[in-house]
Amino acid sequence: MTTPDVLAAILPHLGDAVRVFSNGHLSRAACAVADTEASFYMIGSMGLAAPIGLGIALARPDRRVVVFEGDGNVLMNPGALARVAAAAPRNLLHVCIDNGVHASTGGQATISSRVPIDALARAAGYRSVERVATAAELAPAVAAFVGREGPAFLLVEAEADRGAPGPRVPWEPDEMTARLRRALGATS
Amino acid sequence: MASVAAAFVDALLAAGFDFFTGVPCSLVAAPIAELERRGRWFGELREDSALGVAAGAYLAGRLPVVVMQNSGLGVSLNALGSLHLLYRLPCLLVITWRGFEGRDAPEHIVLGGVLPELLDLLRIPHRAPATDTLDADVAWAATTVRDTRAPAALLVRPGVFA
Repeated sequence: MTTPDVLAAILPHLGDAVRVFSNGHLSRAACAVADTEASFYMIGSMGLAAPIGLGIALARPDRRVVVFEGDGNVLMNPGALARVAAAAPRNLLHVCIDNGVHASTGGQATISSRVPIDALARAAGYRSVERVATAAELAPAVAAFVGREGPAFLLVEAEADRGAPGPRVPWEPDEMTARLRRALGATS
Repeated sequence: MASVAAAFVDALLAAGFDFFTGVPCSLVAAPIAELERRGRWFGELREDSALGVAAGAYLAGRLPVVVMQNSGLGVSLNALGSLHLLYRLPCLLVITWRGFEGRDAPEHIVLGGVLPELLDLLRIPHRAPATDTLDADVAWAATTVRDTRAPAALLVRPGVFA
């Protein structure tokens, strides 16, 4: 599975959940697979996907929030795993698409082959942690994952993408702010 | 009579700020303790992570405050540049001014010597309140972050709270 394959297997099952996507190819792929008003695509601030999702989840405990990151993003700020686990928001789900490389900058290897990120999430204290490697495992894992009490972590092993990434996210950053706030009924 | 810290927290709440996160500094131990006493403090591990949490809170309808030492402003530059200033996310930064006038432990002297200029470079407006201007400066900050849809900063010098 490539990153777009993984996203195509997960995104249709998230309903009106808020989705936060880390910067790089992952955001571009997600926007191309299934854009929604409640989707927030990072184009910078690498390492902050989980904190952004945590802030939304804490402010709106009535809404499900799903954070998507690559392995490079999680490893840049592993303290975010600890903070999410300690805060224990029941409405936060966290997906890591682990392709073992910094895909957006030329495919340089990360250290995820030697430091299993699912083990970091388990040690931090996520309520549930699962790791899957194949499309056959992913479908039932997603069906269970989307109904879990948070914080729940799902690591999906992926192949590094080959070929050109998807188109850039068409939304200007301030448009993304406005539409997510609209989707969440934010007025202040 | 309410403490200066309690009055400061009251002023922040009255101005509409309703989400408080950050990383501690001894110069703002009293306001953080006051926020904790009221169940309103979400302590973070890194200042840029605190900015991420604040960004999420704003996206979900809150008006956030991020407390940090000026050492943490260094950690925060990319979050400010590629998240808050890019996506137009208001946030009040309460930044302690360690190294003020060159009098502090060695690790604070360099950043303390350039703190206002660093914020000027980022075009983040700032004030350094005295105890008797806190109310007015909080009101200024609330108006500024709403009008600009961007961060503004209050620089806390030694002696304001501790």
